[in-house]
Parts: sequence; structure tokens; C-alpha cells
Amino acid sequence: MLYDIFIDPFVQMYEMPDFFLQVLWEGFVAGILYALIALGFVLIFKASGVFNFAQGIMVVFAGLTLVGLHENGVPAYVALLLTIGVMGVLAYGVERVVMRPLVNQPDIILLMATIGLTYFLIGFGEFVFGGEPKQMITEELGLPTGSTAFEFGERGLVILQHIDIAAAVIAVIMVASLGIFFNKTRIGRALRAVADDHQAALSVGISLNQIWAIVWFAAGLVALATGIMWGARSDVSFALEIVAFKALPVLILGGFTSIPGAIVGGLIIGFGEKIGELYWGGLVGGGIESWLAYIIALIFLLFRPQGLFGERIIERI
Amino acid sequence: MKTIMQLALGTAVALGVGLSGAMTTVAQAEDSNYVPLLTYRTGPFAASGIHIANGMHDYLKMLNERDGGIGGVKLELEECETGYNAQKGVECYEATKGKGALVYNPYSTGITLQLIPKAGVDKIPVLSMGYGLSAAADGSVFPWVFNVPDTYWDGASVVIKYIGEQEGGLENLKGKKIGYIFLDAGYGREPIPLLEQLAEKYGFELLQYPVGVKEMQNQSSQWLNVRRDRPDYMVMWGWGAMNPTAIKEAVKIRFPMNKFIGVWWSAGDDDAAAGGDGAKGYKAMNFSGVGSDFPALDDIKKHVVDAGLSSTDAGTIGGTLYNRGVLNSVIIAEGIRTAQELTGKKVITGEDMRMGLEALNLDEARLEELGLKGFAHPMKVTCEDHAGSHPVFIQEWDGKTWRQASGWIEPMTDLVRPMLEKAAAEYAEKNAPWPARTEPCPN
Repeated sequence: MLYDIFIDPFVQMYEMPDFFLQVLWEGFVAGILYALIALGFVLIFKASGVFNFAQGIMVVFAGLTLVGLHENGVPAYVALLLTIGVMGVLAYGVERVVMRPLVNQPDIILLMATIGLTYFLIGFGEFVFGGEPKQMITEELGLPTGSTAFEFGERGLVILQHIDIAAAVIAVIMVASLGIFFNKTRIGRALRAVADDHQAALSVGISLNQIWAIVWFAAGLVALATGIMWGARSDVSFALEIVAFKALPVLILGGFTSIPGAIVGGLIIGFGEKIGELYWGGLVGGGIESWLAYIIALIFLLFRPQGLFGERIIERI
Repeated sequence: MKTIMQLALGTAVALGVGLSGAMTTVAQAEDSNYVPLLTYRTGPFAASGIHIANGMHDYLKMLNERDGGIGGVKLELEECETGYNAQKGVECYEATKGKGALVYNPYSTGITLQLIPKAGVDKIPVLSMGYGLSAAADGSVFPWVFNVPDTYWDGASVVIKYIGEQEGGLENLKGKKIGYIFLDAGYGREPIPLLEQLAEKYGFELLQYPVGVKEMQNQSSQWLNVRRDRPDYMVMWGWGAMNPTAIKEAVKIRFPMNKFIGVWWSAGDDDAAAGGDGAKGYKAMNFSGVGSDFPALDDIKKHVVDAGLSSTDAGTIGGTLYNRGVLNSVIIAEGIRTAQELTGKKVITGEDMRMGLEALNLDEARLEELGLKGFAHPMKVTCEDHAGSHPVFIQEWDGKTWRQASGWIEPMTDLVRPMLEKAAAEYAEKNAPWPARTEPCPN
């Protein structure tokens, strides 16, 4: 048993380096995708202190809108622009109907409001698009499809899916853009001010309503990118909403308010769960991925309760 | 006080809207037979559930429109959305059983397991067509449960038999590796005892790859394990969003698709199409018709779909899962017809329906009469055997559509039946005091 736990996995990694590389690649891709989902949560939490329970369904809703428009004859790129517009309208609507009336309410009320929003979007999405899964319009959007295989020796093989490479590139672009937006633009700085202290931000003339609409829109754009990437790997269906909750351990690990935390947390969870499942999962019958991510996050929390990049909260009594 | 009144009013309105949304209101008439349909058109399993629901609804609706019902009595149909959730399924059952329900089709092994103990108490049979608890095939222990035409154990034995045929005989399975990827729920775990028994008997290694509901669209780990283990064949027990993702992942790791075989619930057109060209050669078991070239399906199109009485897209008529739903309703309809003949009554009860199902004999002549010649293998239920262990065939995806890839393959009944009886006895013992059968046998 001790051999199986402490020696054999490393022997396997050494003896099948191509497979280990493949596992690392899959972990990297999974991590990037988890990070993309987590980003949406972080953006809204950072600006309003709200854990947006609806982020998962926003991923589905954005993906379905894109594919649904295309199915109705709208060219892919026009559908993409229209979907961005729809996410903008959704952000404005959420700010007006959900957020604004609940200003200064306890956080739990806002959380409940986003749960309500989730069920509204599920019902509305099913009403408009039906419950059937849809194929993502990967090729129509100009995203790569095939794969490239690298052979090593007689049996060694590492396969890289082009769509996974595209996901990594898009995630990097997205994070860089958000980084610039938050740090270099006036709105970004205002958003950080709101995140630090609502009342102080209001006192210097920052419009909370405007900031919230912007941040929900940004989260909508992240949801759209996530929906396209996850949709290309499987399909766009309401089952994707469940996948979105894979971001929870990422958030616990990376901190709810840190964009770099979402990325690093996503990668740690992605690598951790793939390596854990592939090399140690067999010892307990497999299928450990769904809970291993939480164990990894909890281990980190033992040492950094605020998450890797979260802000340390010190309250004086 | 005003706020409380507003909240109460709002809640009442919301509940009213919710209930009316979840169930189409039906007025239970005394001159009709009431058939509740537990379906799921929403949620993670809607991809499969919608086609089944459409097929079930459309066939029964067609009988109403074309023939005025069964035996001159209209069918009252009511759908209740379960979302493939056991709790919601039980809620649907409780909400509809008092309306004179004749039979329940849970379309979920989880819901079926919940309803089995209730069936005998409420005197309403459960028809779990090709799913649910395999042991329920033993009619002497489970008089109220029917899983005709096959149990999962029948299916598992057929798939191993087929793989044996591909290898030139079951004896050649010795030393082979057969991977089993399954939805990690009651449904996917159901055939494991039989597969383990077969592995021991024929000397192959059974490799298990569970897929949690949360991981249905995130299966890269399972398929990396498959790539490392290099099984000779893969068998899948998937449902909903799990199926297309598994097929895509199999294509991704370049698993030979002609050695990848799904259960009859992993045989949807959308499931295979998701894999694109790479999915060519993927196989699945089936026991219902392939395609739409059947007079009964023409009647559905004419009387129901074209008449705007269904939510079915005409292009999906003839799809594997749609046809499966139709076959399910054929069994319901024939159960009602048989019950009417046995009792001489037009409007029947759940108890009558149980007798009708137990005396079901859907032979070739009857299938032809129904406009469904060749749509299914003739099937017969007896008081002892509520599944019948009927033959199954293998179909293959050619990149665009399914085509039949084998003849009818008989399950290994000599092996399966004793296991079913043993499991039924164990179930009764675990759930003691399980009532001894007192129901009369109509055969």
C-alpha cells in the first residue's frame, strides 16, 4: 500500500513521460477553464461583495444565445456581437431590477437575489432556446478544431487539441485585458475604489450603479468566453451550469477578490485534480476529481485562511 | 401587516404559476383512462429526456386523435417534470396518483427505486422499460414492477456476448481488458454485479471509470485513464450530457470507435453526432426501431405533429430515443387494451393495468397490426418474468445516421435469471417485511 501511494505514481510518471506530459497539459487546460469561470465570480464579488450564484447559468445563457442566434440565420460574428449586446442588456437589467433596490441590504439578501436570478435565467433560457443541447459554432467563429500529435519513440504520444490551445490564448488575453482595465483606466480605478469601500467611493462622486452595470457586463463577457470554450469541448447545454461550480474550490484557494488568484487557483486545482485522479485515484476506485479539488483548497486554507491572494481581514474589537 | 399580506399573496401567485407550469392541468373524466407521464424536458438530462418525452406523448396522443383512444375511451395524458431528480419524481407521483393513475414510467432508475415500495401499496404498476432495478424482473417478488423488454443485466450480458463474437468466441475474452464507463448513479452502477460475474467467468479484466453527475461534461480524466489502461473494448452506461462528451473524448484520445459500445440509453442521434466524423463506427445496443419508415410513425406525423398537437420537431421523428419513447407508449397502450379485454371494463384501474401488463403479448402479428412491423422484437410478459430477457441488436453510427449492425442477440438468460432471482430474494429480505405475492396471475 505504501508503495502504491509513495513510489508507484512516480515510477509511472518516469516510465511514461509522454502520458505524464499529456496529464499536465490536460491539467493546464482544465485549470485555464476553471480560472475563466472563477474570473466571472471574482469580478462581481470584488465590486459588490456579492457571490454571484448566477455566474454558471450566465455561461450557459451566453453560449445558448450565441448558438441560438446563429441557428436562426444570423452570421457567426454578427451573432457574437449581438450576444455581447444581450449580455450588456442583461447587466443593465440586473443592475436596475436586482442590485439597485437592494443597496445596503445584507450580503445574504444579495446572494439570495442571485439565486433567484439563476432560476429566472434557467426558465427564460429554456423558454427561448428549449432544453436541448446545441453544438458550439466553433468553426464558424474561426476557432481551430483539429489536433496535433507529437510522437515520442515507439508508443509515446502527446495530443494537443487546437481548441484547447485557443482557450489558453483567449484566457491570457482576457486576463491581460482585465488587468489593464482595472489598473490603467479611470473606470477600473473607480471599480477598485468601490470594492474597497462603497461609502467612500460614493463620497467622491463615483456612481455605484454605473460601476455595477459595468462589472456585471464584464462578468457577462467572461461568461461568453467561457461558454464558447466549454461548449466547444462538449456542447452547450444546461448541464454546463453544474461545471461552473468547479470554480468554487478555485475561489476558496485563490481568494474571492483576486484576479491573479483566480488564475493561479485555477491552475493549481486543474493540475492537482488531474494528477491526483490519474496517479492516485485508482487506489480508491477512481472518481475522486469531484472532491479532490475541495481537499486541495482546504489544505491551502489551513495555511492561508484568506486564500492565496485574498485580502487579509483584520477587525479590531 | 401590509408587507406580510403582499408576501403571502406573492407566494400564492408564485406557487400557482409554478404548479400550473409543472403540470398541465387535466380534468380527470370518468370516461377516460388517466396516464401520467413523468418526463424531463429541462436540466442536465434534457438532451435525452426531451426525445423520450416526445415519443411517449405523441404515440398516445395519436391514439386519441386517430382512434378516439383505446377501446373507445380517450386517454387523459398529463406530463409532470421531474428533471431526472428522485425527489421531484416522487413529488410528481404523489401529486398525480390520486387522479386514477394507471401506470408510472419514471424514466430514471433513481425514481424507480423510490416508487417500487409504493407501487404495491397504492396498487399502481411501475413500468421501467429497459431500466430500473434488474431484480424487479422476478414477478413472484415484484408483482407491481415491469421492466420489459430487458433488464440492465440482460443488456450487460448481450454486450459481452457481442464482444465475444467479435473476438471469435467468448473463450477468447480471457486476458482481454474491457473498460466500463458509467454515470456514477444507481443507473450506471446497476449492471456492475453482472459484469463482475462475467469477468470472473470468462477471464477478462473489468476496468471501471465512474463519471459523477458534476463531471458529465468534464471527462478528460476518465479518458486519460482509458488511454493509459488501453482496454480492448469500452462499454458505456451514459445518459444526458454524459453521452456526447464521452464520445467526443473517445475521439480525442483516438480510441477505436468500432470497439466502443453503449447501452441502449447511450444511443441517441445527438449523442453520436456530437463526435463528428470521428464518431463513425460507434456502436450501441438497441431494442426499438431504427428510422421513421413505419406506418404508425406516419400517423403520428399526420395526426399529431403536423396538426400542431406536439412540441416535436418533425425532423426528430424516427430518432433512436424518440422511437424508444414510442415503444414505451406502445407497451402502455397494449397493457391498457389487454386489461380492457381481461376485465371487460373500458375505464380501468391500476390493478387492472397490472394484469394487462402481466398478460402482455406483443407478437409479430400485433406489431404489424399496429403499423410497427419490425419496430421491436416480439415481446411477452409472464407472471414470473416481468422483463422477458428479449433479444437486442447492435446499431452503428455511420457519421450521419444509425444503421443496424447485427442480428438479434439473445441475452445470457441461463446466467442472468438465477442472479435476478437471487437479487430479488435479497431485496425482499433487506426490505422485510416485503409482502408475499397475493395478486392473481392472469395467464
